[in-house]
Amino acid sequence: MNRTKGDEEEYWNSSKFKAFTFDDEDDELSQLKESKRAVNSLRDFVDDDDEDDLERVSWTGEPVGRRTRPGSFQSLSDALSDTPAKSYAPELGRPKGEYRDYSNDWSPSDTVRRLRKGKVCSLERFRSLQDKIQLLEEAVSMHDGNVITAVLIFLKRTLSKEILFRELEVRQVALRHLIHFLKEIGDQKLLLDLFRFLDRTEELALSHYREHLNIQDPEKRKEFLKTCIGLPFSAEDSAHIQDHYTLLERQIIIEANDRHLELAGQTEVFRKHPRKASILNMPLVTTLFYSCFYHYTEAEGTFSSPVNLKKTFKIPDKQYVLTALAARAKLRAWHDVDALFTTKNWLGYTKKRAPIGFHRVVEILHKNSAPVQVLQEYVNLVEDVDTKLNLATKFKCHDVVIDTCRDLKDRQQLLAYRSKVDKGSAEEEKIDALLNSSQIRWKN
Amino acid sequence: MAFPHRPDAPELPDFSMLKRLARDQLIYLLEQLPGKKDLFIEADLMSPLDRIANVSILKQHEVDKLYKVENKPALSSSEQLCFLVRPRIKNMRYIASLVNADKMAGRTRKYKVIFSPQKFYACEMVLEEEGVYGDVSCDEWAFSLLPLDVDLLSMELPEFFRDYFLEGDQRWINTLAQALHLLSTLYGPFPNCYGIGRCAKMSYELWKRLEEEEDGETKGRRPEIGHIFLLDRDVDFVTALCSQVVYEGLVDDTFRIKCGSVDFGPEVTSSDKSLKVLLNAEDKVFNEIRNEHFSNVFGFLSQKARNLQAQYDRRRGMDIKQMKNFVSQELKGLKQEHRLLSLHIGACESIMKKKTKQDFQELIKTEHALLEGFNIRESTNYIEEHIDRQVSPIESLRLMCLLSITENGLIPKDYRSLKTQYLQSYGPEHLLTFFNLRRAGLLTEQAPGDTLTAVESKVSKLVTDKAAGKITDAFSSLAKRSNFRAISKKLNLIPRVDGEYDLKVPRDMAYVFSGAYVPLSCRIIEQVLERRGWQGLDEVVRLLNCSELAFTDMTKDDKASSESLRLILVVFLGGCTFSEISALRFLGREKGK
Repeated sequence: MNRTKGDEEEYWNSSKFKAFTFDDEDDELSQLKESKRAVNSLRDFVDDDDEDDLERVSWTGEPVGRRTRPGSFQSLSDALSDTPAKSYAPELGRPKGEYRDYSNDWSPSDTVRRLRKGKVCSLERFRSLQDKIQLLEEAVSMHDGNVITAVLIFLKRTLSKEILFRELEVRQVALRHLIHFLKEIGDQKLLLDLFRFLDRTEELALSHYREHLNIQDPEKRKEFLKTCIGLPFSAEDSAHIQDHYTLLERQIIIEANDRHLELAGQTEVFRKHPRKASILNMPLVTTLFYSCFYHYTEAEGTFSSPVNLKKTFKIPDKQYVLTALAARAKLRAWHDVDALFTTKNWLGYTKKRAPIGFHRVVEILHKNSAPVQVLQEYVNLVEDVDTKLNLATKFKCHDVVIDTCRDLKDRQQLLAYRSKVDKGSAEEEKIDALLNSSQIRWKN
Repeated sequence: MAFPHRPDAPELPDFSMLKRLARDQLIYLLEQLPGKKDLFIEADLMSPLDRIANVSILKQHEVDKLYKVENKPALSSSEQLCFLVRPRIKNMRYIASLVNADKMAGRTRKYKVIFSPQKFYACEMVLEEEGVYGDVSCDEWAFSLLPLDVDLLSMELPEFFRDYFLEGDQRWINTLAQALHLLSTLYGPFPNCYGIGRCAKMSYELWKRLEEEEDGETKGRRPEIGHIFLLDRDVDFVTALCSQVVYEGLVDDTFRIKCGSVDFGPEVTSSDKSLKVLLNAEDKVFNEIRNEHFSNVFGFLSQKARNLQAQYDRRRGMDIKQMKNFVSQELKGLKQEHRLLSLHIGACESIMKKKTKQDFQELIKTEHALLEGFNIRESTNYIEEHIDRQVSPIESLRLMCLLSITENGLIPKDYRSLKTQYLQSYGPEHLLTFFNLRRAGLLTEQAPGDTLTAVESKVSKLVTDKAAGKITDAFSSLAKRSNFRAISKKLNLIPRVDGEYDLKVPRDMAYVFSGAYVPLSCRIIEQVLERRGWQGLDEVVRLLNCSELAFTDMTKDDKASSESLRLILVVFLGGCTFSEISALRFLGREKGK
C-alpha cells in the first residue's frame, strides 16, 4: 500500500481525463441526484418516445420532427416514487475506468472479480507460472470471456510463447479465446505459430489462404495463391486451391485480351453488349457464362473458350448446359439453344435430350423472353403431362395446350381454355374444330 | 410471451422503463463531457439509439454535429469529440488514427469513447498499443436490452452468435448476465428458472453470482414475471433454417427487419421513395396479421379494405353536422388505417412476386421432405440444381445445412460434390465458409466408417440399448451428432394430419410452418413448462447432447401472484426467428399462461 506512484503503474492504466469523480465510490445517491438534475432539466423538451409513429424518419441526423408534448415524459424522478432508489443505482454508476485500485494484495479470485466489474486492476504481481495459471483458471471458472482475454493478454506479454502454448493446449476454453483474440487484432504470425504448435494443419493452411482476401492487385493475388498450393490442405481442398489459382490466372489473361478487344471496337458482340464489369475474381460459373456469352464459338485451344473451361475445371454436363443455355438465351441465339439439346443417334436420327429437366429449360428461356415458337417446342418435350399443361398455360403456348387436351380427350378443359384465347383467333378456330369433331371420343 | 388476443391475458411488465433508463444514462454520459462536442456514432448503434432518443435530445446536451463512424478522416472542427461505439477492434484503430493524426498536426482536443453495452479489455489494449491511452477517456453505456415491442426485448448484438457459437468466445456472457440482473432488479426476481445449453448454463451461473454479490436488491420485491427460460441457439438450428411463412417472418426473410423496423422500397410504397416503417403492436393492421400464416393474410387485408371503403362511403348521406363530426373524429383514424393497409398490401404483393419468381413452392416442398426424412435423394438433387443455377448463395447454404442437420451430416460423396459445385458457382473463397460451418456443426460430413457408429453398432449387438446410449454419451464430445430424427420422433415434431391442415384455425404450433413441423425450440419450452422441469425428458436431453446442461431452479416464493406466474420470459442465446415468436405467442394464447 505504501508504494510510490511509479510502482503503481497498473497494467490497466487509468484515464488522465477525470471529468466527474466522487470520493466515496459507494455514494450512489449523489450520482442519482446528478442524473435527476440532468433529467429534470430536460422535462420541457423531451417528448414521449413510446408514441412511435409511422411517419418517423430514420436516424440520419435530421430532426425527427415530432410533436413536443411538455410534461408527458416520465423522468427518472417520476419513476423513483414507487421504486426503491437502490435498484436503479447500478445503471448509473460512474465511469468504471475511473475506479482505481491501490491494493496489490488481491487474491486471484478477487482480482478476477474486480476485472469483471471493469475496474482497473494490476496483474503485475502474478509472476510465478503457478500464479498466472491460477489466475487464468479463476477467470475461466467465472465464464466471462472479456476477463479471460484480459488475463490472456497479460500471459501473452509475460510468458514465452512455448510456455503459453503448452499451458493452453490443455485448457481448451482459454485456447479458443486466445485464437479469437489473435484473429481479431490480426496477429497473424503468432496465430500461425500457435496452429503449428498445436499441429492443426488445416487451420494453419486456411488462415494463410484467408489472407488473399486482403490483396486487391490481381497479379499479386495470383502470386499469393500460388504460395497456397503447397499448404497442408486435405487432398480435396488442395484441388480447390489449385483451381482457384488456375481460375484467376485465366481471368487475368481473358481480361487483358477482352479489354483490348472492347477498346478496339472491331468485335460485334462487345460493341452490341459492352461489358458491365471486369471478370476478375468472379466465380467459375460466372466466368463460364461470360465465356459462353462472348467467346462461344472459339476453338478449344484458346483459354477463353467455354470448352476449354469445361475441360480444365471438369465442369459437369448439367452445370455446363444450364450456364450455356442461360448465356445463349440472353443473346437470343435460339439456334445455339437448339444445338445444345440436339443429339444424333447412330442411325443419324436427331433427338432432343437434356441433362436437366425440360421444364427448367423452359423457365430459363422464358426468363430471357424467348418467343412462343421457341418456347412451345421445349414445353412439348416436358414429360410429365400436368407440368407440361401448366407451363403451356402459364406461357400461353396455345397449340401445346390444345393438343394436350385433345390427347387427354379432356373436353371440359378445352372448353374452359377457349375463353382464354382471343376472339376470332386461329386458336379459337382450332378449338372449335376439335370440339365439333366427331372423330374424338371425349372422356367428359 | 404476449397474448394480445385473449381478454384474460395477464398484464405485461412496463418495458418502456428500460428505454428511459438507457436514455437517462446516455444523457448522463454526454454531460460528462461538458460543452459543445461532435458525436461519432457507429452505424450499428444508430437504429437502437433512434428508438430511445432523438436528435433534439442530443442537441440539448450540446452535441453539435453528428457523424457516422466509418473509415474516413474526420472533418470535424470541434474541440471535443465523442465516440459512441460497439467494443470492436476496428473502431479502436479508427479512433487511434484520428487522435494520432491530430497529434501529428499539433492539435489538442478532448476525446471520449462510450462503449455500448460494455468495454472490452482487448479494446483498451489497442488504445494503449497505439499510444493514445490516456488521451482518450473511456466510458460504458450499459444499454443492453432494447424493448422492440410490448412483448419483445432484444440485445441487438448480431455478433453474439458468431462470437460464441463459432469462435467459442464467451465475452457476451457477462453482458447477458448483467442484463438479466437488471431485469430482476426492475421486475422482481424470477421464481422459476429453466435452461438448456452450455452458454445458457454459464450465463445463468454468472447471473446468480451477480445477484449474490449485490444481495438484497431484489429481495422483497414482488416478481412480475413468473418464469424465465434460457435456450442456446445450437439446441435447435433446424427451426432457424426453415423458410418462414407467417407474415412477420416473411417480411423479415424478404426485406430484413432490423431493430424492429423495415425499409420498404418503392415497389412496396408505390411511390418513388423508400419508407422506414416501425413494425410493432402499435400498427393496428400489422398487429392483426403478423402471426398469421401467409395464406390468410390476403383475405384479411381485402376484407379490411372493404370495411374501410364502407366507412368512407358513410359520409355520402351525411348532413353538415354529421360531416363535421366525421371529419374531426373519424377521418384521421381512417386515413391512418388506409395508409397502413396500402403499405401491407404492397408488401404482400412484393413478397408474392419474389416468391413466385424463385419457385417458393418447390423450395418449401424440399424443406418439408428434409424435415420428414423422405426423398432425400430428390432433395439433394434439388439443392444441387439450386446451386448450379446460382440462385441465392445464402439459400443454397441454408438448404445444405438443413440437409446436414436432419441427416446427421451429408454422406461424403454428396458433401464433396455439393461443396465443389458451390465453390464453382459462388466463388472459391467459400472454402472458408465451409470450414466455419463445419466448426459450428451446421454443415458436416459423415465420416466414412464413422468410428462412433461402428463402435455403437458393435456394442449394441452385445449389450442392451441403455448401455449403448451411455457409450454414445462418452463419444458425444468427439462427434456431436444432431440426432434430429430421433428427437423429432420423441417430441412428435411432425404432426400427423388427416386431410388438410386448416391454417385459418391452427391447432398447434406447427401452423407457423404450414402444419408440417412444430418448431423444436418451442416444443422444448412447452414441454418443460408443462412438466415444471426436465422430468421425463432425459432421453431428449441426451439426444440434444445436453446431458449436463439442462437445469431447473425453482424458489418457493409465495409472493408470486398467480397473475405473474402466467408470464414467461424466453431468452434465445444466439437469436431467434419471427416464426418462433409467433409460435410462442400461439402457445401463450392456447395455454393462457
